[in-house]
Amino acid sequence: MVSVRFSSALNNITKTRSSEFDLQDTTIRRLFDELIKEFGEEFETRLFENGEIRRFVNIYVNGEDIRHLSGLETEIKASDEVSILPAVSGG
Amino acid sequence: MSHVIGLKCRECGTEYPGGIQNTCYECFGPLEVHYDWDEVQNRASKEKISKGPPSIWRYSDLLPIDGTNYVDLGAGYNKLHRAENLGKELGLQELYILDDSVNPTNSFKDRVTSVAVSKALELGAEAVGCASTGNLASAVGAHAAKAGLPAYIFIPSSIELGKITQMLAYKPNTIAVDGTYDDANRLASEVADLNPNWAFVNITIRPYYTEGSRTLAFETAEQLGWDTPDHIVAPLGSGALLCALFRGYDELENIGFVDNSSNIKFSGSQPLGCSPISAAVQNATEVVPIRELDTVAHSLAIGNPADGYYAKEIIHQSGGYAASPTDEEILEAIHLLASTEGIFTEPAGGTTIAGLKKLVETGHINPDEKTVVYVTGNGLKAQDTIAKTLEQPESIKPTLSAFTDKYNNNSTSTQ
Repeated sequence: MVSVRFSSALNNITKTRSSEFDLQDTTIRRLFDELIKEFGEEFETRLFENGEIRRFVNIYVNGEDIRHLSGLETEIKASDEVSILPAVSGG
Repeated sequence: MSHVIGLKCRECGTEYPGGIQNTCYECFGPLEVHYDWDEVQNRASKEKISKGPPSIWRYSDLLPIDGTNYVDLGAGYNKLHRAENLGKELGLQELYILDDSVNPTNSFKDRVTSVAVSKALELGAEAVGCASTGNLASAVGAHAAKAGLPAYIFIPSSIELGKITQMLAYKPNTIAVDGTYDDANRLASEVADLNPNWAFVNITIRPYYTEGSRTLAFETAEQLGWDTPDHIVAPLGSGALLCALFRGYDELENIGFVDNSSNIKFSGSQPLGCSPISAAVQNATEVVPIRELDTVAHSLAIGNPADGYYAKEIIHQSGGYAASPTDEEILEAIHLLASTEGIFTEPAGGTTIAGLKKLVETGHINPDEKTVVYVTGNGLKAQDTIAKTLEQPESIKPTLSAFTDKYNNNSTSTQ
Protein backbone atom coordinates (compact mmCIF):
# COMPACT_ATOMS: atom_id res chain seq x y z
CA MET A 1 0.00 0.00 0.00
CA VAL A 2 1.30 3.46 -0.91
CA SER A 3 0.19 6.01 1.66
CA VAL A 4 -0.56 9.57 0.57
CA ARG A 5 -0.90 12.57 2.89
CA PHE A 6 -2.83 15.57 1.60
CA SER A 7 -2.34 19.21 2.57
CA SER A 8 -5.28 20.77 4.40
CA ALA A 9 -5.51 23.09 1.37
CA LEU A 10 -6.88 20.07 -0.54
CA ASN A 11 -9.40 19.17 2.15
CA ASN A 12 -12.40 20.49 0.26
CA ILE A 13 -11.66 18.03 -2.55
CA THR A 14 -10.21 14.97 -0.84
CA LYS A 15 -12.32 15.20 2.37
CA THR A 16 -9.56 13.25 4.03
CA ARG A 17 -6.03 14.05 5.17
CA SER A 18 -4.55 10.70 4.18
CA SER A 19 -5.37 7.76 2.03
CA GLU A 20 -3.85 4.40 1.10
CA PHE A 21 -3.65 3.02 -2.41
CA ASP A 22 -3.28 -0.62 -3.28
CA LEU A 23 -0.45 -0.18 -5.75
CA GLN A 24 2.66 -2.23 -6.28
CA ASP A 25 5.90 -0.69 -7.51
CA THR A 26 4.87 2.23 -9.70
CA THR A 27 5.68 5.87 -10.50
CA ILE A 28 4.41 9.20 -9.15
CA ARG A 29 2.74 9.82 -12.51
CA ARG A 30 0.75 6.57 -12.27
CA LEU A 31 -0.13 7.27 -8.63
CA PHE A 32 -1.49 10.68 -9.66
CA ASP A 33 -3.51 9.03 -12.45
CA GLU A 34 -5.18 7.01 -9.68
CA LEU A 35 -5.65 10.08 -7.47
CA ILE A 36 -7.25 12.04 -10.31
CA LYS A 37 -9.55 9.08 -11.03
CA GLU A 38 -10.55 9.06 -7.35
CA PHE A 39 -10.86 12.82 -6.69
CA GLY A 40 -11.75 14.16 -10.13
CA GLU A 41 -10.78 16.96 -12.47
CA GLU A 42 -10.64 19.64 -9.76
CA PHE A 43 -7.86 17.73 -8.02
CA GLU A 44 -5.92 17.75 -11.29
CA THR A 45 -6.39 21.44 -12.06
CA ARG A 46 -5.47 22.40 -8.49
CA LEU A 47 -2.10 20.67 -8.72
CA PHE A 48 -1.21 20.62 -12.43
CA GLU A 49 -0.93 23.18 -15.19
CA ASN A 50 -0.27 22.06 -18.79
CA GLY A 51 0.65 18.59 -17.58
CA GLU A 52 3.32 19.90 -15.17
CA ILE A 53 3.19 20.22 -11.40
CA ARG A 54 2.31 23.78 -10.47
CA ARG A 55 5.14 25.97 -9.19
CA PHE A 56 3.67 26.19 -5.70
CA VAL A 57 3.05 22.47 -5.22
CA ASN A 58 5.65 20.28 -3.55
CA ILE A 59 5.41 16.50 -3.75
CA TYR A 60 7.60 14.45 -1.43
CA VAL A 61 8.45 10.74 -1.39
CA ASN A 62 9.58 9.75 2.10
CA GLY A 63 10.42 13.40 2.73
CA GLU A 64 12.41 13.90 -0.49
CA ASP A 65 11.17 16.50 -2.97
CA ILE A 66 10.50 14.76 -6.30
CA ARG A 67 12.18 17.70 -8.06
CA HIS A 68 15.41 16.27 -6.61
CA LEU A 69 14.46 12.76 -7.75
CA SER A 70 13.02 12.03 -11.20
CA GLY A 71 9.99 14.33 -11.08
CA LEU A 72 6.75 12.63 -12.16
CA GLU A 73 8.76 9.60 -13.32
CA THR A 74 10.08 9.02 -9.78
CA GLU A 75 9.63 5.35 -8.93
CA ILE A 76 7.82 4.44 -5.73
CA LYS A 77 7.49 1.23 -3.77
CA ALA A 78 4.44 -0.10 -2.02
CA SER A 79 5.78 0.91 1.39
CA ASP A 80 6.53 4.54 0.45
CA GLU A 81 4.90 7.64 1.91
CA VAL A 82 3.93 10.43 -0.44
CA SER A 83 3.06 13.95 0.82
CA ILE A 84 1.52 16.82 -1.12
CA LEU A 85 2.25 20.22 0.44
CA PRO A 86 2.12 23.85 -0.66
CA ALA A 87 5.53 25.44 -1.32
CA VAL A 88 4.66 28.33 0.95
CA SER A 89 7.29 28.49 3.63
CA GLY A 90 10.90 29.39 4.02
CA GLY A 91 13.21 31.77 5.80
CA MET B 1 -13.06 50.04 10.73
CA SER B 2 -9.96 47.93 10.18
CA HIS B 3 -7.29 48.77 7.63
CA VAL B 4 -6.83 44.99 7.09
CA ILE B 5 -9.52 43.35 4.94
CA GLY B 6 -8.13 39.81 5.01
CA LEU B 7 -5.96 37.65 2.76
CA LYS B 8 -5.74 37.47 -1.02
CA CYS B 9 -4.09 35.01 -3.41
CA ARG B 10 -1.05 36.46 -5.13
CA GLU B 11 -1.69 34.26 -8.18
CA CYS B 12 -5.45 34.18 -8.83
CA GLY B 13 -6.75 36.98 -6.58
CA THR B 14 -9.22 34.85 -4.57
CA GLU B 15 -10.01 36.59 -1.28
CA TYR B 16 -10.20 35.03 2.20
CA PRO B 17 -10.95 36.39 5.66
CA GLY B 18 -7.93 36.88 7.93
CA GLY B 19 -6.72 33.75 9.73
CA ILE B 20 -4.07 31.06 10.07
CA GLN B 21 -3.82 30.24 6.37
CA ASN B 22 -1.09 30.56 3.77
CA THR B 23 -2.39 28.77 0.67
CA CYS B 24 -5.12 29.49 -1.84
CA TYR B 25 -7.77 26.75 -1.90
CA GLU B 26 -8.39 27.48 -5.58
CA CYS B 27 -4.91 27.36 -7.12
CA PHE B 28 -2.45 26.47 -4.30
CA GLY B 29 -0.81 29.91 -4.72
CA PRO B 30 0.59 31.90 -1.77
CA LEU B 31 -1.65 34.35 0.07
CA GLU B 32 -0.77 37.92 0.96
CA VAL B 33 -2.34 40.49 3.25
CA HIS B 34 -5.16 42.44 1.67
CA TYR B 35 -5.27 46.02 3.01
CA ASP B 36 -7.89 48.71 2.65
CA TRP B 37 -5.48 51.29 1.24
CA ASP B 38 -7.98 54.16 1.55
CA GLU B 39 -8.20 53.42 5.26
CA VAL B 40 -4.40 53.12 5.54
CA GLN B 41 -4.08 56.51 3.86
CA ASN B 42 -6.68 58.02 6.22
CA ARG B 43 -4.76 56.79 9.24
CA ALA B 44 -1.09 57.12 8.35
CA SER B 45 0.85 60.37 8.33
CA LYS B 46 4.52 61.26 8.44
CA GLU B 47 3.89 63.37 11.52
CA LYS B 48 2.21 60.50 13.38
CA ILE B 49 5.12 58.24 12.45
CA SER B 50 7.66 60.79 13.73
CA LYS B 51 5.94 60.71 17.13
CA GLY B 52 5.71 56.91 17.26
CA PRO B 53 7.81 54.47 19.29
CA PRO B 54 11.45 53.84 18.26
CA SER B 55 10.59 50.43 16.77
CA ILE B 56 8.76 48.94 13.78
CA TRP B 57 5.51 49.82 15.54
CA ARG B 58 5.90 53.49 14.59
CA TYR B 59 4.59 52.17 11.23
CA SER B 60 1.64 50.33 12.81
CA ASP B 61 -0.84 51.90 10.37
CA LEU B 62 1.03 50.05 7.61
CA LEU B 63 1.23 46.71 9.45
CA PRO B 64 -1.43 43.96 9.47
CA ILE B 65 -2.41 44.17 13.16
CA ASP B 66 -5.60 45.56 14.64
CA GLY B 67 -5.40 47.33 17.99
CA THR B 68 -2.21 47.94 19.93
CA ASN B 69 -1.49 44.58 21.54
CA TYR B 70 1.99 44.39 20.02
CA VAL B 71 4.72 42.03 21.14
CA ASP B 72 7.39 44.72 21.01
CA LEU B 73 10.90 43.92 22.19
CA GLY B 74 12.13 46.97 20.30
CA ALA B 75 12.81 45.55 16.84
CA GLY B 76 13.60 48.07 14.14
CA TYR B 77 14.11 51.80 13.75
CA ASN B 78 17.80 51.09 13.48
CA LYS B 79 20.43 53.48 12.25
CA LEU B 80 20.92 54.14 8.55
CA HIS B 81 24.68 54.69 8.50
CA ARG B 82 26.24 56.95 5.90
CA ALA B 83 29.05 54.53 4.99
CA GLU B 84 31.66 56.99 3.71
CA ASN B 85 34.68 54.79 4.41
CA LEU B 86 33.32 51.70 2.69
CA GLY B 87 31.92 53.86 -0.11
CA LYS B 88 35.38 55.32 -0.71
CA GLU B 89 36.92 51.85 -0.68
CA LEU B 90 34.43 50.60 -3.28
CA GLY B 91 34.20 53.79 -5.33
CA LEU B 92 30.62 54.70 -4.39
CA GLN B 93 29.76 58.33 -3.75
CA GLU B 94 26.66 57.85 -1.61
CA LEU B 95 26.47 54.55 0.23
CA TYR B 96 24.25 53.79 3.23
CA ILE B 97 23.98 50.73 5.44
CA LEU B 98 20.88 49.90 7.41
CA ASP B 99 22.25 47.94 10.33
CA ASP B 100 19.85 45.28 11.62
CA SER B 101 22.53 43.47 13.60
CA VAL B 102 21.48 45.57 16.61
CA ASN B 103 17.91 44.23 16.89
CA PRO B 104 16.78 42.57 20.18
CA THR B 105 17.98 39.11 19.10
CA ASN B 106 20.55 40.55 16.67
CA SER B 107 19.01 39.91 13.26
CA PHE B 108 16.32 41.33 10.98
CA LYS B 109 14.13 38.35 11.91
CA ASP B 110 12.93 40.32 14.94
CA ARG B 111 10.94 42.53 12.57
CA VAL B 112 8.99 39.71 10.95
CA THR B 113 8.61 37.83 14.22
CA SER B 114 7.31 40.81 16.17
CA VAL B 115 4.55 41.18 13.57
CA ALA B 116 3.86 37.44 13.34
CA VAL B 117 3.68 36.76 17.09
CA SER B 118 1.49 39.85 17.58
CA LYS B 119 -0.81 38.45 14.88
CA ALA B 120 -0.74 35.00 16.49
CA LEU B 121 -2.05 36.57 19.71
CA GLU B 122 -4.72 38.48 17.80
CA LEU B 123 -5.85 35.28 16.04
CA GLY B 124 -5.95 33.36 19.33
CA ALA B 125 -3.24 30.86 18.35
CA GLU B 126 -2.41 28.23 20.99
CA ALA B 127 1.29 28.12 20.13
CA VAL B 128 3.79 29.53 17.68
CA GLY B 129 6.49 27.74 15.70
CA CYS B 130 8.99 28.01 12.89
CA ALA B 131 11.68 26.25 10.92
CA SER B 132 14.96 28.04 11.15
CA THR B 133 18.66 28.13 10.35
CA GLY B 134 19.28 29.97 13.65
CA ASN B 135 18.27 33.63 13.46
CA LEU B 136 14.54 33.07 13.21
CA ALA B 137 14.75 30.49 15.99
CA SER B 138 16.12 33.09 18.40
CA ALA B 139 13.62 35.72 17.32
CA VAL B 140 10.66 33.35 17.76
CA GLY B 141 12.00 32.03 21.07
CA ALA B 142 12.31 35.56 22.46
CA HIS B 143 8.99 36.92 21.19
CA ALA B 144 7.09 33.77 22.23
CA ALA B 145 8.58 34.09 25.72
CA LYS B 146 7.45 37.72 25.92
CA ALA B 147 3.98 36.81 24.60
CA GLY B 148 3.66 33.86 27.00
CA LEU B 149 3.04 31.41 24.16
CA PRO B 150 4.64 27.94 23.80
CA ALA B 151 7.01 27.71 20.84
CA TYR B 152 7.98 24.75 18.60
CA ILE B 153 11.20 25.38 16.75
CA PHE B 154 12.50 23.04 14.02
CA ILE B 155 16.20 23.31 13.19
CA PRO B 156 18.60 21.20 11.12
CA SER B 157 20.65 19.16 13.61
CA SER B 158 23.86 20.26 11.88
CA ILE B 159 23.58 23.86 13.17
CA GLU B 160 26.57 24.79 15.31
CA LEU B 161 25.89 25.24 19.02
CA GLY B 162 27.00 28.87 18.72
CA LYS B 163 24.05 29.61 16.42
CA ILE B 164 21.45 28.22 18.82
CA THR B 165 22.82 28.98 22.30
CA GLN B 166 20.85 32.21 22.38
CA MET B 167 17.66 30.46 21.24
CA LEU B 168 17.99 27.64 23.80
CA ALA B 169 18.07 30.25 26.59
CA TYR B 170 14.47 31.23 25.77
CA LYS B 171 13.47 27.60 26.45
CA PRO B 172 11.28 26.80 23.45
CA ASN B 173 10.48 23.22 22.40
CA THR B 174 13.44 22.59 20.09
CA ILE B 175 13.17 19.88 17.44
CA ALA B 176 16.57 19.12 15.88
CA VAL B 177 15.96 17.36 12.58
CA ASP B 178 18.53 15.10 10.89
CA GLY B 179 18.82 16.80 7.52
CA THR B 180 19.01 20.25 5.92
CA TYR B 181 16.95 23.37 6.56
CA ASP B 182 14.63 22.28 3.75
CA ASP B 183 14.03 18.97 5.56
CA ALA B 184 13.29 20.77 8.84
CA ASN B 185 11.01 23.14 7.00
CA ARG B 186 9.10 20.33 5.29
CA LEU B 187 8.57 18.53 8.59
CA ALA B 188 7.45 21.77 10.26
CA SER B 189 5.00 22.31 7.37
CA GLU B 190 3.49 18.87 7.99
CA VAL B 191 3.23 19.46 11.75
CA ALA B 192 1.70 22.90 11.07
CA ASP B 193 -0.84 21.31 8.75
CA LEU B 194 -1.90 18.90 11.51
CA ASN B 195 -2.27 21.69 14.08
CA PRO B 196 -4.48 24.43 12.63
CA ASN B 197 -4.46 26.40 15.91
CA TRP B 198 -0.67 26.70 15.99
CA ALA B 199 0.76 29.66 14.16
CA PHE B 200 4.00 28.73 12.40
CA VAL B 201 5.39 32.16 11.67
CA ASN B 202 7.24 31.39 8.44
CA ILE B 203 4.69 28.83 7.25
CA THR B 204 1.03 29.09 8.23
CA ILE B 205 1.02 32.83 9.06
CA ARG B 206 3.67 33.67 6.49
CA PRO B 207 1.44 36.28 4.77
CA TYR B 208 1.55 38.39 7.97
CA TYR B 209 5.14 37.51 8.88
CA THR B 210 6.70 38.80 5.66
CA GLU B 211 4.95 42.14 6.15
CA GLY B 212 7.40 42.98 8.95
CA SER B 213 10.30 43.24 6.52
CA ARG B 214 8.60 46.12 4.71
CA THR B 215 9.57 48.28 7.70
CA LEU B 216 13.16 48.19 6.39
CA ALA B 217 11.94 50.17 3.40
CA PHE B 218 9.85 52.52 5.58
CA GLU B 219 12.81 53.22 7.87
CA THR B 220 15.19 53.84 5.02
CA ALA B 221 12.83 56.33 3.39
CA GLU B 222 12.11 58.09 6.69
CA GLN B 223 15.81 58.43 7.54
CA LEU B 224 16.53 59.75 4.04
CA GLY B 225 13.97 62.51 4.71
CA TRP B 226 11.16 60.61 2.96
CA ASP B 227 13.25 60.02 -0.11
CA THR B 228 14.18 56.77 -1.89
CA PRO B 229 17.50 55.19 -2.83
CA ASP B 230 18.51 54.66 -6.46
CA HIS B 231 19.70 51.12 -5.82
CA ILE B 232 19.28 48.65 -2.97
CA VAL B 233 21.22 45.46 -2.24
CA ALA B 234 19.68 42.75 -0.05
CA PRO B 235 20.71 39.22 0.90
CA LEU B 236 18.83 36.42 -0.84
CA GLY B 237 17.70 33.33 1.08
CA SER B 238 14.05 32.53 0.42
CA GLY B 239 13.74 35.78 -1.55
CA ALA B 240 11.05 37.06 0.83
CA LEU B 241 13.08 40.02 2.13
CA LEU B 242 13.73 41.47 -1.32
CA CYS B 243 10.05 41.07 -2.23
CA ALA B 244 9.00 42.81 0.99
CA LEU B 245 11.40 45.70 0.34
CA PHE B 246 9.91 46.12 -3.14
CA ARG B 247 6.38 46.16 -1.73
CA GLY B 248 7.34 48.56 1.06
CA TYR B 249 8.80 51.19 -1.28
CA ASP B 250 5.96 50.74 -3.78
CA GLU B 251 3.34 51.25 -1.07
CA LEU B 252 5.05 54.38 0.23
CA GLU B 253 4.69 55.88 -3.23
CA ASN B 254 1.07 54.75 -3.49
CA ILE B 255 0.14 56.56 -0.27
CA GLY B 256 2.05 59.67 -1.33
CA PHE B 257 4.96 59.48 1.16
CA VAL B 258 7.70 59.28 -1.52
CA ASP B 259 7.91 59.99 -5.25
CA ASN B 260 10.38 57.75 -6.98
CA SER B 261 9.87 54.14 -5.87
CA SER B 262 9.36 52.90 -9.40
CA ASN B 263 12.92 53.95 -10.29
CA ILE B 264 14.64 51.89 -7.57
CA LYS B 265 16.86 49.07 -8.81
CA PHE B 266 16.68 45.94 -6.65
CA SER B 267 19.77 43.75 -6.49
CA GLY B 268 20.51 40.72 -4.37
CA SER B 269 23.37 38.53 -3.25
CA GLN B 270 23.37 34.83 -2.52
CA PRO B 271 26.35 32.63 -1.56
CA LEU B 272 27.76 30.69 -4.50
CA GLY B 273 27.33 27.40 -2.61
CA CYS B 274 23.57 27.97 -2.42
CA SER B 275 22.47 30.34 -5.15
CA PRO B 276 19.27 29.18 -6.89
CA ILE B 277 17.92 32.74 -7.23
CA SER B 278 21.21 34.39 -8.27
CA ALA B 279 21.83 31.64 -10.82
CA ALA B 280 18.34 32.14 -12.27
CA VAL B 281 18.98 35.89 -12.62
CA GLN B 282 22.44 35.44 -14.11
CA ASN B 283 21.36 32.75 -16.60
CA ALA B 284 17.84 34.10 -17.25
CA THR B 285 16.29 30.76 -16.33
CA GLU B 286 13.65 29.51 -13.90
CA VAL B 287 14.60 29.21 -10.22
CA VAL B 288 15.64 25.56 -9.89
CA PRO B 289 15.72 24.18 -6.31
CA ILE B 290 19.03 22.63 -5.25
CA ARG B 291 19.65 19.82 -2.79
CA GLU B 292 23.34 20.11 -1.89
CA LEU B 293 24.10 23.28 0.06
CA ASP B 294 27.68 24.28 0.74
CA THR B 295 28.26 27.70 2.26
CA VAL B 296 29.47 29.39 5.43
CA ALA B 297 26.39 31.65 5.23
CA HIS B 298 24.03 29.23 6.98
CA SER B 299 21.30 31.89 7.32
CA LEU B 300 21.00 31.91 3.54
CA ALA B 301 21.30 28.14 2.97
CA ILE B 302 17.83 27.58 1.55
CA GLY B 303 17.81 25.28 -1.47
CA ASN B 304 14.13 25.66 -2.28
CA PRO B 305 13.38 29.39 -1.99
CA ALA B 306 9.65 29.97 -1.53
CA ASP B 307 9.74 33.50 -2.97
CA GLY B 308 12.53 32.86 -5.45
CA TYR B 309 10.30 33.24 -8.49
CA TYR B 310 8.99 36.64 -7.38
CA ALA B 311 12.42 37.89 -6.23
CA LYS B 312 13.90 37.03 -9.60
CA GLU B 313 11.09 38.87 -11.41
CA ILE B 314 11.58 42.03 -9.28
CA ILE B 315 15.35 42.03 -9.84
CA HIS B 316 14.90 41.57 -13.57
CA GLN B 317 12.12 44.12 -14.02
CA SER B 318 13.77 46.82 -11.89
CA GLY B 319 17.07 46.64 -13.77
CA GLY B 320 19.00 45.19 -10.84
CA TYR B 321 21.21 42.12 -10.80
CA ALA B 322 22.25 39.27 -8.49
CA ALA B 323 25.74 38.38 -7.29
CA SER B 324 26.97 35.06 -5.96
CA PRO B 325 30.18 35.51 -3.95
CA THR B 326 32.37 32.63 -2.80
CA ASP B 327 32.84 31.76 0.88
CA GLU B 328 36.27 33.36 0.77
CA GLU B 329 34.83 36.61 -0.60
CA ILE B 330 32.06 36.51 2.02
CA LEU B 331 34.52 36.20 4.90
CA GLU B 332 36.76 38.93 3.44
CA ALA B 333 33.72 41.19 3.20
CA ILE B 334 32.98 40.68 6.92
CA HIS B 335 36.44 42.06 7.67
CA LEU B 336 36.02 44.86 5.13
CA LEU B 337 32.77 46.06 6.71
CA ALA B 338 34.10 45.78 10.26
CA SER B 339 37.36 47.57 9.48
CA THR B 340 35.80 50.41 7.48
CA GLU B 341 32.49 51.06 9.21
CA GLY B 342 32.77 49.43 12.63
CA ILE B 343 29.87 47.05 11.92
CA PHE B 344 30.43 43.38 12.74
CA THR B 345 28.18 41.13 10.70
CA GLU B 346 27.63 37.39 10.25
CA PRO B 347 28.28 35.61 6.92
CA ALA B 348 24.82 36.59 5.61
CA GLY B 349 25.85 40.25 5.95
CA GLY B 350 29.23 39.35 4.49
CA THR B 351 27.37 37.90 1.50
CA THR B 352 25.54 41.18 0.99
CA ILE B 353 28.71 43.30 1.26
CA ALA B 354 30.66 40.90 -0.99
CA GLY B 355 27.76 41.04 -3.45
CA LEU B 356 27.78 44.85 -3.32
CA LYS B 357 31.51 44.83 -4.13
CA LYS B 358 31.00 42.49 -7.10
CA LEU B 359 28.04 44.49 -8.41
CA VAL B 360 30.11 47.69 -8.35
CA GLU B 361 33.12 45.98 -9.95
CA THR B 362 30.99 44.56 -12.76
CA GLY B 363 29.27 47.89 -13.45
CA HIS B 364 25.82 46.81 -12.26
CA ILE B 365 25.89 49.60 -9.68
CA ASN B 366 27.06 53.03 -10.88
CA PRO B 367 29.37 55.09 -8.63
CA ASP B 368 26.89 57.96 -8.43
CA GLU B 369 23.86 55.88 -7.47
CA LYS B 370 22.51 56.47 -3.96
CA THR B 371 22.87 52.90 -2.74
CA VAL B 372 21.40 51.31 0.39
CA VAL B 373 22.62 47.97 1.68
CA TYR B 374 20.79 45.86 4.24
CA VAL B 375 22.99 44.17 6.84
CA THR B 376 20.71 41.63 8.46
CA GLY B 377 22.61 39.83 11.22
CA ASN B 378 25.30 40.15 13.87
CA GLY B 379 28.80 38.67 13.69
CA LEU B 380 28.57 37.51 17.30
CA LYS B 381 26.25 34.76 16.04
CA ALA B 382 28.95 33.16 13.89
CA GLN B 383 32.07 33.67 15.94
CA ASP B 384 33.41 30.15 15.35
CA THR B 385 33.27 30.56 11.58
CA ILE B 386 34.71 34.06 11.56
CA ALA B 387 37.42 33.36 14.18
CA LYS B 388 39.03 30.81 11.86
CA THR B 389 39.77 33.55 9.35
CA LEU B 390 41.28 36.06 11.77
CA GLU B 391 44.89 36.52 12.67
CA GLN B 392 45.31 35.69 16.35
CA PRO B 393 47.30 38.30 18.31
CA GLU B 394 50.88 37.42 19.19
CA SER B 395 51.62 37.98 22.86
CA ILE B 396 54.35 40.29 24.11
CA LYS B 397 56.09 40.57 27.47
CA PRO B 398 54.43 43.07 29.82
CA THR B 399 57.19 45.64 29.37
CA LEU B 400 57.17 49.01 27.68
CA SER B 401 60.18 48.05 25.61
CA ALA B 402 58.34 45.03 24.20
CA PHE B 403 55.55 47.35 23.05
CA THR B 404 57.84 50.02 21.63
CA ASP B 405 59.85 47.38 19.79
CA LYS B 406 56.78 45.81 18.26
CA TYR B 407 55.13 49.05 17.17
CA ASN B 408 58.32 51.01 16.57
CA ASN B 409 56.90 53.53 19.03
CA ASN B 410 60.01 55.29 20.21
CA SER B 411 58.64 58.73 20.86
CA THR B 412 60.63 60.52 23.56
CA SER B 413 58.66 63.73 23.54
CA THR B 414 57.52 65.04 26.93
CA GLN B 415 54.50 67.09 27.83
